[in-house]
Amino acid sequence: MHELPVTESILKIVIKHAEKNNVRQVVAINLQIGKLSDLEDEWIQRYFDYLSKGTLAEGARLKIERMPIMMQCSNCSTSYETEASNLGELVCPACGGKNIALVSGREYYIKDMEVQ
Amino acid sequence: MDEVRLIEVKEEILADNVKVAAEVRERLRKTKTMLLNLMSSPGSGKTSLILQTIAKLKDNLRLGVIEADIESKVDAEKVAAQGISAVQLRTGGFCHLDATMVTQGIEALPVKDLDIIIIENVGNLVCPAEFDTGAHKNVMILSVPEGDDKPLKYPLMFSICDVLLVNKIDYLSLSNFDMSALRKRVLALNPGITIIEVSCVTGSGIEDWTNWLKREVDIFKQSK
Ligand SMILES: Nc1nc2c(ncn2[C@@H]2O[C@H](COP(=O)(O)OP(=O)(O)OP(=O)(O)O)[C@@H](O)[C@H]2O)c(=O)[nH]1
Ligand SMILES: [Mg+2]
Ligand SMILES: [Zn+2]
Repeated sequence: MHELPVTESILKIVIKHAEKNNVRQVVAINLQIGKLSDLEDEWIQRYFDYLSKGTLAEGARLKIERMPIMMQCSNCSTSYETEASNLGELVCPACGGKNIALVSGREYYIKDMEVQ
Repeated sequence: MDEVRLIEVKEEILADNVKVAAEVRERLRKTKTMLLNLMSSPGSGKTSLILQTIAKLKDNLRLGVIEADIESKVDAEKVAAQGISAVQLRTGGFCHLDATMVTQGIEALPVKDLDIIIIENVGNLVCPAEFDTGAHKNVMILSVPEGDDKPLKYPLMFSICDVLLVNKIDYLSLSNFDMSALRKRVLALNPGITIIEVSCVTGSGIEDWTNWLKREVDIFKQSK
């Protein structure tokens, strides 16, 4: 739902790196976004296309890698992956414990970008 | 055509907000003012809870309020009518408050003279969960008419809060809301959360909430 401010931040960071590296054109941007984040890929791209007009990043594709939701049992330390829809009803598959903490799945990260 | 090459970026997209949020927390630590971020869906009872909290605590604690109602000024006016410092942020159509907007709110309040500032965030269970406001404590309200399945649909919000207030418990007898199923779901997401059942209409449970708040403000003020 907040694709706009997120997209603004992406553009700002991308332009900073593009200028630093004397880039002529940004072709693609590789993002890692956690599965827990409620962002619509299509909307990020649309906002990006709009905001990036006339910049070095105009026309760049956003390639989004969705990072899994990883949980860890506080009792036996077993880590495992889960889906958002199961989060309210988790038990540790190893020991049956119910004290389980979120380890990852909230990422908002720019890994790298493809440039010319 | 030039050849395509790869540049490493390795940056957090929300790093700017995280940094401003840390500055807010630090700044309010110095004045010993605890910042509390109150979140819920539209209409769950954020303004009602703030008014109840003011009524119970205004003789003991110096309160300030930052309101993020989307369009109207109604909420800030209700709060200001209680003789409390309140500031209305213009959030336009924003779906959440970020730390920069909260900084503007703080600058409009007499922070040195306040023990606690409560933020009424934008009514929304999704976006506010992802943006650190700089608050020392995060509190959410779920009201009974919304249903006991909300932790399944909005897990992130339930997992980041220190307290869950289950409001409108006066509706419990009229609904099939399953309190023990709710508690189980919430505790599975967030074992450390405190769950308090309240009604802003009957006043039931409000004292449990204000006792929690007083205790937390004491702990905050004593910490270095
Ligand atoms: N029955 C009942 N009604 C309540 C309770 N708490 C709040 N309400 C009512 O719910 C409605 C919404 O309450 P608000 O306090 O304005 O909710 P809010 O979360 O501030 O709403 P927004 O700012 O619009 O998102 C009002 O009509 C309140 O009187 C409660 O415990 N029981
Ligand atoms: Mg309100
Ligand atoms: Zn286990």
